[in-house]
Amino acid sequence: MSEQITGAQSLVKSLESAGVEVMFGIPGGAILPAYDPIFDSKIRHILVRHEQGAGHAATGYAQVTGKVGVCIATSGPGATNLVTPLADAHMDSVPMVAITGQVPGPAIGTDAFQEADIRGVTMPVTKHNYLITDPNEIPRAISEAFYIAKSGRPGPVLVDVAKDALQKMTGFNYPNRPELRGYRPQVEPNEQSIRDAAALVAQSSKPVFYIGGGVIKANAAKDLLKLAELVGAPVITTLMARGAFPDSHRQHLGMPGMHGTVAAVTALQKSDLLITLGARFDDRVTGKLSTFAVNAKIIHADIDPAEIGKNRYADVPIIGDLGPTIRALIPAVAAEFKKKQPDYSTWWRQMDSLRSTYPLGYNEPEDGSLSPQYVIERIGAITGPDAVYVAGVGQHQMWASQFIKYEKPRTWLNSGGLGTMGYAVPAAMGAKVGAPDTPVWAIDGDGCFQMTNQELVTCSLNNIPIKVAIINNESLGMVRQWQSLFYQGRYSNTDLHSKRIPDFAKLAEAMGCVGLRCESKGDVDKIIKEANAINDAPVVVDFNVHRDAMVWPMVAAGTSNDDIMIARELAPDWDSQEL
Amino acid sequence: MAQHTLSVLVENSPGVLARVAGLFSRRGYNIDSLAVGPTEDPKVSRMTIVLNLEGHALDQVSAQLFKLVNVIGIQEMKDSDTRQRELAFVKIAADRGELEPLLAGYQAEIVEDKSGTSIVQVVANNKDLVALLKRLESLGIKELVQSGAIAIELGSQTLVEQTELETGLASSDTQSQLEDYQN
Repeated sequence: MSEQITGAQSLVKSLESAGVEVMFGIPGGAILPAYDPIFDSKIRHILVRHEQGAGHAATGYAQVTGKVGVCIATSGPGATNLVTPLADAHMDSVPMVAITGQVPGPAIGTDAFQEADIRGVTMPVTKHNYLITDPNEIPRAISEAFYIAKSGRPGPVLVDVAKDALQKMTGFNYPNRPELRGYRPQVEPNEQSIRDAAALVAQSSKPVFYIGGGVIKANAAKDLLKLAELVGAPVITTLMARGAFPDSHRQHLGMPGMHGTVAAVTALQKSDLLITLGARFDDRVTGKLSTFAVNAKIIHADIDPAEIGKNRYADVPIIGDLGPTIRALIPAVAAEFKKKQPDYSTWWRQMDSLRSTYPLGYNEPEDGSLSPQYVIERIGAITGPDAVYVAGVGQHQMWASQFIKYEKPRTWLNSGGLGTMGYAVPAAMGAKVGAPDTPVWAIDGDGCFQMTNQELVTCSLNNIPIKVAIINNESLGMVRQWQSLFYQGRYSNTDLHSKRIPDFAKLAEAMGCVGLRCESKGDVDKIIKEANAINDAPVVVDFNVHRDAMVWPMVAAGTSNDDIMIARELAPDWDSQEL
Repeated sequence: MAQHTLSVLVENSPGVLARVAGLFSRRGYNIDSLAVGPTEDPKVSRMTIVLNLEGHALDQVSAQLFKLVNVIGIQEMKDSDTRQRELAFVKIAADRGELEPLLAGYQAEIVEDKSGTSIVQVVANNKDLVALLKRLESLGIKELVQSGAIAIELGSQTLVEQTELETGLASSDTQSQLEDYQN
């Protein structure tokens, strides 16, 4: 019989065995037994100020490192505060393991103090979850949780452990190879599918690479570059895939979707073949589905078989990891091209005309106030493509996706699927922990910032010097934009008055950060450089920007991509384009 | 819309029924009937799910179900190569004499006949059961209890063998990937 330890010790040893280096959390009654061995563990525990912060920090850490992010909380409210980050990680396929304490086994189901059925609550928003009431089950559950979180299509896994299971004595035997009868992700693509896909590529005259976040998850950006250059077709990267293909590359047409470039959106619409890699035909990309890319055949490569045909029929489905998939496509396409080299010159002439006629841009406000797009563009230009940029949700997120130039994977983090306001500050904190030598800028809104800024206290106390740009338009900007466009300018409950209250610079200083403010264009570069020079404390810059700036182009929700607008009531001049 | 029957092998673990039921509800699939029970393997339960779907939606349902970690295998049970049965009890205000002519030709028996009320037990496929219930309606059905359908594939091969063949349980992929899952 192996040496007897407590369930809590077994939990911490299991996390160590899984290779965990850092976790974000807050203790409480039910999880308290685990915090005793955590005190002695080599795992770095970062004490956050709200469990939601722990969850998003785990996500930020995972997105930057590719490792599994770990967060830990107590039962009841501690656990329910993790629901939003779990749902967020689930939508964006982020590998995460959440550990929660549960009331003691005999109390489960009695409405005990701080009891919540977190396994039941999180079933729809996790890849898998566990409720452990037997201490002997702890190592197996943790081992499986890490395997499930990271393999296949990554996602969050929750392990809920009853308090008495943490207190009881148990042996320790960590299984390095979990046996899961019902879980066998397919890694290698089917060879016939690869040949079929290559044949379709060779036959097409208007192909487009439709690249999703899966390419980043699969660490397949270098493979993609080779395949894309071999084919020579236009490449578009979705919101989750910014950085998967260099923005500076001549084949890159930018981002598709509701706020995509005219060239990227039109490339999809006019294409005869979408080479879809790790993307999921989200409504924000397709617009009205029945009018999306109506003449295109679809190659759809994804590790998740349930994505195939979910929103759009796939002519050639390829199930597998994108690394092996793309590496198999390269020789298969090369063999087809040997028989017949395709000619995309007409297609490129059309796309080049679109991108030169309709580049991303913005008008400076007429009243001389600061343009939010300019601020974001300068942060990117001055800080450079090696830094990590983390956005909240809303107008500033879209501008950060449009006006910062991404050259590398894992340098752009945002809440794409769930659209979680308040993501930026804690996710940036997690990112900085994962990449301590890399500058990390949170591009946040004044609305988002007020949801989770308390984690700046965590950053100050734990030497996590992130930088936060508050794009302060004193409103819930994207909602206000929709009110301007679709509700006759009736600004119901979108005015936050945040140029008056709170004083963000003072708030930042109260939390141990350096607080700066910028109100004029002439100061922007100087203040960004000043912020970049500070590495011993978090920095918050309150950029007071024009409140009526809007995100363009725009495909209004529920309408066709064909109805893209480049400004208010202004469609592209299609008659002048040969399409 | 067409009716399909799925046999789903699941690990016999806590919460698995909630996972399957929750999936159907959140993805908006309508279940006509669901029957769960033990199998020859105490670690495995078998669900028989009858549902109404548009044509290609069945692939999507199967793929979503298969994503559940506790789901081991899924097979559509086509009428032609499976046998399907449902069990029903009908409490009816009629005596043996009135009922017997209506039950002729069905696998149905009267299990109780007391003071003008009978209980009929029927084992039938869905089509026959619907037809019989229609005939009994004229006598006034007081209470109806129906199980969901259960189904078995004809021939010597078992569902475990079939699904494990199809999903390539023994493939080398699983091995290579296991190396890489830790932080």
